[in-house]
This record gives sequence, C-alpha cells and structure tokens, in this order.
Amino acid sequence: MIATKLNINKKTHTVEVDPSTPLLWVLREHLDLVGTKYGCGVASCGACTVLLDETAVRSCSLPISAIGDKAITTIEGLSENGDHPLQQAWEEHDVPQCGYCQAGQIMNAAALLKSKPNPTDEDIDTAMTGNLCRCGTYLRIKAAIKTAASY
Amino acid sequence: MTLIKTTVNRRSFLKAALLAGGGMVLHFSWLAGCKPAGKKVLEMPEEWFEMNSYIKIGENGVVTLFNPNPEFGQNVKTSLPMILAEELDIDWEQVIVEQADFYPERYGRQFTGGSQSVRQAWSPLRTAGATARQMLILAAAGQWNVPASEITTEHGTLLHKSSGKKAGYGEMASAAAKIPVPEEVKLKAVSDFKVVGSSKKNVEIKNILSGKALFGLDYKTEGMLIAMVVHPPAFGMRFKSMDDKVAKSMPGVKAIFTIDSLKEDIVQNFFDTTSFTKFAVVVGNTTWEVLQAKKALKVEWEQEPERTFKMGSSWTPGAETIEAKYPSGLESTEIHQAKMKEFSKKPGNIIRRDGDPESAFRSATKILERTYTAPFLAHNTMEPVNCFAHVTADKAVLYGPIQAPEFVVGTLSQRLSLPKEKIEIKLARMGGGFGRRAYGHHFIEAAVISQQVKAPVKLVYTREDEMTAGIYRPTYSATYRAALDKDNKLIAFHVKAGGIPETPVHADRFPAGAIDNYLAEGWQIPSNITIGAFRAPRSNFIASAEQSFLDELAMEMGKDPIDFRLELLERAKTNPVGEKNDYDAARYAGVLQLVREKSKWKETPQGVHRGVSAYFCHNSYVAEVVDLVMKNNAPKVEKVVAAIDCGVVVNKDGAINMAEGAIIDGIGNALYGELPFKDGAPQKNNFTTYRLIRMNEAPKTIDVHFVKNEEDPTGMGEPPFPPAFAAVANALYRATGKRFYNQPFINELKST
Ligand code: FES
Ligand code: FES
Repeated sequence: MIATKLNINKKTHTVEVDPSTPLLWVLREHLDLVGTKYGCGVASCGACTVLLDETAVRSCSLPISAIGDKAITTIEGLSENGDHPLQQAWEEHDVPQCGYCQAGQIMNAAALLKSKPNPTDEDIDTAMTGNLCRCGTYLRIKAAIKTAASY
Repeated sequence: MTLIKTTVNRRSFLKAALLAGGGMVLHFSWLAGCKPAGKKVLEMPEEWFEMNSYIKIGENGVVTLFNPNPEFGQNVKTSLPMILAEELDIDWEQVIVEQADFYPERYGRQFTGGSQSVRQAWSPLRTAGATARQMLILAAAGQWNVPASEITTEHGTLLHKSSGKKAGYGEMASAAAKIPVPEEVKLKAVSDFKVVGSSKKNVEIKNILSGKALFGLDYKTEGMLIAMVVHPPAFGMRFKSMDDKVAKSMPGVKAIFTIDSLKEDIVQNFFDTTSFTKFAVVVGNTTWEVLQAKKALKVEWEQEPERTFKMGSSWTPGAETIEAKYPSGLESTEIHQAKMKEFSKKPGNIIRRDGDPESAFRSATKILERTYTAPFLAHNTMEPVNCFAHVTADKAVLYGPIQAPEFVVGTLSQRLSLPKEKIEIKLARMGGGFGRRAYGHHFIEAAVISQQVKAPVKLVYTREDEMTAGIYRPTYSATYRAALDKDNKLIAFHVKAGGIPETPVHADRFPAGAIDNYLAEGWQIPSNITIGAFRAPRSNFIASAEQSFLDELAMEMGKDPIDFRLELLERAKTNPVGEKNDYDAARYAGVLQLVREKSKWKETPQGVHRGVSAYFCHNSYVAEVVDLVMKNNAPKVEKVVAAIDCGVVVNKDGAINMAEGAIIDGIGNALYGELPFKDGAPQKNNFTTYRLIRMNEAPKTIDVHFVKNEEDPTGMGEPPFPPAFAAVANALYRATGKRFYNQPFINELKST
C-alpha cells in the first residue's frame, strides 16, 4: 500500500490507505478525528467540510491523493481550547439542536470569515447554502457568524 | 406548593446496587472522556451517594443528574435535568449531566417521540428532585436535632435559621442516602421556580463544537468491523441470489453473506416496522472499502408475494398479537394519485357525525369543496442509520441512535435467543430523529450480523440506503366541504380524508365542536411502502389541508381569517357541539389572539403577503403568521411570528430554538419536500435530488412568543411544525391570487 503524507491540524500524519479514499474516511476511521461528519457522500450537505489551506472543501469527495502538502484543518484543530471566535459565538447563540451538522457549518463559516471578515447577510447566505441543517438552526448559525465577525 | 405521593414513580427510587446483576451497567470507556463540561471545570468528588435513579451527590456538593430519555436534538439532556435541579434546589453550575442507558426498571419508559419527554417526565422528575431534597433535610434534622420543618434549602445548602446551622448537600449526602424514601414530599409552586423557565445552554455544547465523539456513527472499539447491507431496490421486491465473486476479493473485505433479520415465528415488537427482512451483507475493515465491495456485489431481486407477520398490537407489555401484512406489487406515485382520487369520491368510514350534515348540505345555497394532497416524505436525519452491536454467546451489547429502545428489545431477544436482561442498550446522541428512529430494526440487523461474524460490528447505512429503505411520512388526500345558507352562514362542514396506507383524520379535533352539522370520514389504501411517525404524524398533513380550507372559506364568507377562526372557537367554548372535543377552545383562541397582536396582523408591510394558520396537537396550541415575498417569481418567507401555548416552558431558549427549527422544517417541506415512486422504487436517493430547505431559503426572522400560564408542560417538538404548511399556502395565495392544493407547492408554482 502506498503511504500518503497528510498535514492535518499542524501535524504530519502518514497513512497507508488506498490513495483514492476520500479524506473524510481517513480522518474518521484511520485518524479517529470523528468531528468531521458523513451526511451524503456526494458533496451536497456540507457535514464533512474541512479547510484546505484557507478554503472550505467537502472531504467526502476529496481523495487524499489530491491534497499534496496543503494544510488540512478539521474542527478538532480549529482552536486549541475550543475558543475560536466561531466556537464562542456558537455557544453564545446556543446554536445546535442535534449538533450533527455543526462542525461542517463552523468550518465553512471559518473559510468565509477568512475571505470576508465582515460578511453581509447575502454573503453568509451565499457561502452557507451548501451546508444543510435538518434541524433548521439556520437563523442561529447566521447570527453566530455575525457575532464572531464582531469580536 | 403541592403535596405529592412518591409512590407514583417508586421504581425510580430503586438503587443501582439492588439491581446489580441485571447486567445493565455498561462501560464504554472510549466515550467516557465526553463529559458535558460547564463553564468552569468541576472538581470531581471522592465518592458519590445515590439518592435515586436520577440523582447522585458527591461529598463535595457536585451533583450528577441523569437524563433518562434518548436525545435527538430536542435538548432533553438539558431540559429534563433542569426539572430535577429545580426541585432539588441546587445551582445549575454545580451539576453534571449524564445520559442514562436503557434501563426501564430504573427509568420507566425511555421514549423520545410524540413530544412526550417533558410532559411524561414532569411529575416523576419533580418528585425525584423533591424526594432527594427531603431526604437531605431529614438527614440534617437528625444530625442537628431540630425539626425537619424548620430546615430550608437554597443553592444546594441546608439551613436552620434559628440555630444558624448550615451544611452543603455534599456534607449530608452520605446520611441522606441511607434514609428511607419519604411517603410524601412537597413540590414547589410554579411561581417559585428559578431553573425551570430560565434559559440554560445545551449541556453538550462544548463537545459538539469541538468535534467530540458523541454519535453512534462515531463509535469505535477494538476489533470492530464495518458492515453494510444491500436492500431491495424497490418495495415489493426481495432478495433472490447474489454473485460475490468480484466483491469478495476486494481489499478490506472480510465476509459477504445474507441475513434474515426476522424468523417465521417471531412476534415483532409494536413499532418494529421493517421494510425488508432479508439483506445481502458486506463486512470489512473500513467504511470506504466496504462501500466499494457493496457496489461491486451483484444481487438479483424478485417480486415478493404478500408478506404476513406477527406484531404486538400496542406498546403495553403483553398486548395481544396481531397478524399484519404487506400486499404484493410494485407501486408508483401515478397509481397512488389515481387511487386516492377514486377513494376520495367513495363513502369513507364515518368517524364523527354531529347533527344532520346530509340535510344541511342538501339545503345549502352554496357549497365550497376543495381537495388537498401531499406526497410521501423521507425523514432525512443528518446522521444516517447506524448501530454498533457486539453479540456473544451470553449477551448482546448495542449502541446507536434510537428513539424507542423498548420497541426492539422483544424482537432482539427472540431473534438472538437471549433473555432480555442479557441485552444491553446504550443510548447514543442522535443526529436527528423526527420519528424515523422510533423504528429500530437496524438494531436487529446489526445484532444478527454481529452474531453471524462473531465480532463487534458497526452497521452503517449510506445516505442512499437511508433514503430508499422506507419508514416514510405517508401520502395523503383530504377533501373538505362547507355548506353556506342564503345569508352566507356556515351550516355544515364535512371532511373526508385518507392516505396510503393510513387516514390522517382526528375524530374530535377542531373544527369539530364548533359546527352543528359535522361529518368526518376516513379511508385508507393498503401499501407495501413502509410508513411511520414523522414529526406530528397525520397532524402535519391534516393541519395543512384544514387551515388552508378555513382560509378560503373565510374569504368566501367575507371574513378576516383570524376573526373567522375565533368565531368558531367562541362557539366551541361557549356552547360546544359534542362532548369529546380534544382541545380547549379558550387556549386555542389564546394563541390566535396573541399572534394577531404580535404580528400586527392588520398592518401588512408593503410588498409582503401574509398567511395565518393555527393548530392543536400533542396537547399544545400554536398559531403562526408568515410574511412572504416573491423574488424573481420564487417565494421567500421573510418572517414568521409564532404564538405557542405549551404550558410551563422548561428551557426557554431551547424551546425557541426548537420552534424555529420546526417552522423552518414546515416551510421547507411545504415548498420542496417529496419522495415520488416508480415501480416500487423511490425516485430520489440523496440531497442532489431530494430538496431540503437551505439557509438562503429560510426566513430572516422568527419571533416566538409563549402564552404565560401555570399549566403542566405539553408537547413542544412537534406542535410548531403543522401550522407552517398552511401559513405558507395562505400567504402564497395572497402573493399569486392562486390557491395551492398540492404539496410540494414548488411544483404548482412551476406550472403557473
Ligand atoms: S458528506 Fe460531504 S457534503 Fe455531505
Ligand atoms: S443541528 Fe441537527 S442537523 Fe443541524
């Protein structure tokens, strides 16, 4: 089996996995980083969102062979103590219901704030439309993104 | 202050020690690191003293409260312990919350569904909290040699005012735990509540936001294999044969075989609905590898003849067994629609009749008749079905998402040939439920697979598996008729509604009770497409039809839609027709009045189109006003105002969150939700084609207002859902001049 080097949450991991395996499953099952969720497997729900350098990507549809030396950030690596502005704002607005989609939402929002530190409602709608929340916490997600931007 | 006999839930006072040997104390050390954390990290005590099933107190005053019910996002893990904390009289900051395992001897019915959790737990949990508090008081009275009646409590502290004696709960916990459970305890007055009625954050929030393993799908144990099943591609089909030559030799594959999740003589638990009973199974090392092999597996299917099975007739233990069956055949939406049309023209089963509706209709000057339909819906919980199982010769351990563990344990015990006491079920946090996980047949599939491969396995459904494996919201049709006399007065009302395979009509629900001549009929068409509870089952459709019809009827009668409903409710309140009406007309009117005031009903802003709707279900009353705008010919709900009467609200912000979600869910399903069928096969299998509401389609604001009263709490997870559909339909009418009768409305919008 070919070994692939991955730079995840500032650490280098070497995994011996078929390189066509999507990053999602390598994170979840080979590296025990289960914060990144499986929701659809076809890039249409956003539950599996992680950062690749500064961009949000759907890890369910990204084979590890396509990553190279780009830096991967998952929810576990977003902050050291769970106190990233988005995590604080999410807590302030008590956003989650079941919570299953929320890591994907936060990672997607993290990419948004990197490109637009002060997003408008429309910017947020556009950026977050790919992230489903079946529980319907959209209003709180939007409010929390604005709060995080204001910190 | 109320006196309450503790005997009502005596079994919750059983101590764990007495039950040791029941085998239900589970140790999942891998998850033990996920303790809900408060703002500050609590110092763990040296020793715990158990007051009852729900409460243990450490010698340092830290308190652990157990949430008995499965958590699927309705936030019971926060709200139920809040009830305990209230009567125990402790500060929320001193509390650790833990999820209880499935342990009915200690907790009674551990069921999430029917918006039951808070209303069922209200009295038992208050009693449990008050009892523990009383035992602490008695312990202090003994040690201080003062009358118990002179001891008060506050912030987890016992006080004796005249002597100045004072002790933390922790100091008395050891003595209190030895005191016999008092026969009678005092409950607080609602006006004295400090915790209940406030807003407490989700106790799991830090774990959720940092990506901790909380869900069944996140579970992993030493030597665990991954299993996937292949189910028939269509309802009415079954497994015939398979060719596993290619799949077998693929990397990571351990075994490929078939399972029968049931056996002939098994009496299934009530609610253990399953679409299919024979599956092809692939077991291997990782999900991705198993998925590849699953795709390479060639399975042949054949049509299934009529399938009969034995099932418990209700959830009462020992309920009689019924023979149930699924017809044969491959069904399609087109055929369903034609059949429903046919049935809506034939007489149905009369389920309520007041006065003489037939004569009234004959003498009418005008009759308004409208028919409403809605499609099958899939639940689409964000976390797909999954279950961990480890079955050995003498026991079974299961961990996974389930709303009603009680409803699978009987089937499991028969299928595995293990006594119930040897089946340990641990309740995972669920990534959504919406009724889907009241059906736990995946627990049986997982257990049978584990038994067969003799290893711990985690059964994983793909999204496609989940969306095409059944347990749907049924498809429905309802025909409403209203008779008006020459003065345009309402003289008779008729509803005839049915569905595949169940009728959505509630016999004694509004507007029954408000009209002298009233007729309700139901009908149903059998089907092999498996259905089940879906957030406010039946109500979610019948509310949409009824509240759309009342809107059109009000217009026909030249009345304001809210005034018209209030007139009907006034009649039902002052001079009700019939005796069994299941709603309280005054509380129903109360939410309409509140929504009228809060939405400034009469002052519709420029360019905005308004719709109103109200419904009663799960003992709660909800009215909603929707503000809709049209943008490039597409409807967009901008704002919703909701008024809710669910009695005492336990966790205010949690309840608001749930109402917001239910309203968004209702708007989404009204506009976009549908699962069509062709030749027995669901025509959508993932979010690429199944349209769920997204952030840009959700309202900008949802204002939730609660009626303030001291009634015992009633349902909250479901009631705000049904009214949203008709509020959208009625607003759409005002926006387009066209009535919307068939869900999802987006299809009708496209055809205009
Ligand atoms: S799981 Fe990747 S987008 Fe849905
Ligand atoms: S919180 Fe449940 S899916 Fe978003």
